[in-house]
Amino acid sequence: MIALLARDLRLAVRAGGGFGLGLAFFLIVVTLVPFGVGPRTQLLAAIAPGILWLGALLACLLSLDRIFALDWEDGSLDLLATAPLPMEGAVSVKALAHWLTTGLPLVLASPVFALLLSLPAAGYGPMVLSLLLGTPALSVIGTFGAALTVGLKRGGLLLSLLVLPLYMPTLIFGAEMARRGAEGLDYSTPLLMLAGITCGTIALLPFASAAVLRINLR
Amino acid sequence: MNFNALWQYANPKKFIETTDRVLPAISVLAGLCMVAGLIWGFFFTPEDYRQGSTVKIIYLHVPSALMAINIWLMMLVTSLVWIVRRHHVSALAARAAAPIGMVMTVIALVTGAIWGQPMWGTWWAWDPRLTSFLILFLFYLGYIALWSAIENDDTAADLTAILCLVGSVFALLSRYAVNFWNQGLHQGASLSLDREENVADVFWYPLVVTMAGFVLFFVALVILRTQTEIRARRMRALLARERMG
Repeated sequence: MIALLARDLRLAVRAGGGFGLGLAFFLIVVTLVPFGVGPRTQLLAAIAPGILWLGALLACLLSLDRIFALDWEDGSLDLLATAPLPMEGAVSVKALAHWLTTGLPLVLASPVFALLLSLPAAGYGPMVLSLLLGTPALSVIGTFGAALTVGLKRGGLLLSLLVLPLYMPTLIFGAEMARRGAEGLDYSTPLLMLAGITCGTIALLPFASAAVLRINLR
Repeated sequence: MNFNALWQYANPKKFIETTDRVLPAISVLAGLCMVAGLIWGFFFTPEDYRQGSTVKIIYLHVPSALMAINIWLMMLVTSLVWIVRRHHVSALAARAAAPIGMVMTVIALVTGAIWGQPMWGTWWAWDPRLTSFLILFLFYLGYIALWSAIENDDTAADLTAILCLVGSVFALLSRYAVNFWNQGLHQGASLSLDREENVADVFWYPLVVTMAGFVLFFVALVILRTQTEIRARRMRALLARERMG
């Protein structure tokens, strides 16, 4: 498992530059928003939590097809399927690698982007915490979607159509937590719900992803 | 009733034979119920003293909303049957039901908007019920798109079945998440078994008739679409055999 994780991380960092792409996309979204809604600081501050969450979500979404597509093309996915490592484990490692290369950089960079959107000072902690809690769920759910569409030629659009509805609960609680934090309200309820969703998806969804992947490799 | 008796309809031949016999009856009954219920509802019920004649859209809105949710439940059950027992009729029934469910969701949303404009003063509000119906619509959309994207029938049936299971969990999560996210504008349930008096009797009886009509209409459509799919598959198999031999 560790070998697989190291391999995925190396591939992400070296080949094709998928590593920084999500971050760059996030930056572009954050840059475009003021052009769309105007540069008023108060308005930006009000919508900053939502924009940051949407940006993170879309950045995650765009990098999803990389999870399995390359391995599917060169056949290493078949090797993985015959390896002694159970498919559930392989899928979990893939999701972890995706989170480490996409989710974690987004979380770490989000305070800088929050600065661009003039998020109130009280909001930084809850915002980073909500992203830290929520992005693993995004990666795990996304892995399920990627496994569903792995065999398809032009699965990109379909992948978004399948995955985005599944992202809704995470987005609702994550953005709500960041918003409450920014307004200085108590955010423990959305925090607990978000943590619950993340734990639940991490625990259960790899089984579904593995089942789907087995069907696709049949 | 012997429980095994149900599984004999998993045989496509048996399924078509039996449904061919009951389909005309169901269709006629569905048509009668819908026509009778709608005419009764539209022309022979009094106008509500506050809502005026707009109240009558309930005869389209409530049955379609009811069907939209229950069709997803039916797809969930048939998907489970497909995963556990691998009966093709079951998978095909789920496939046949999905577009109907999507149309029902659209009808519920559109009639709701038409009613909401004069009553709430807005076509759309981000109310939990409305939002969860929109989410349900998106789930139907994804499900249908996945069916049509995959060429191999069995693979498509497997993948959509799992998507249906996972989607049900997330749809339920979203349903309660949106409750948390925004306060509601929509009134409570128009009908429920323990509080039948929610809607006055004059409105209630035609509503029951239209609901029965919608249910029967759905059953007839699913049977028809499943039969069509079975026959199309047979035809493809025959064509393939001819090419081979």
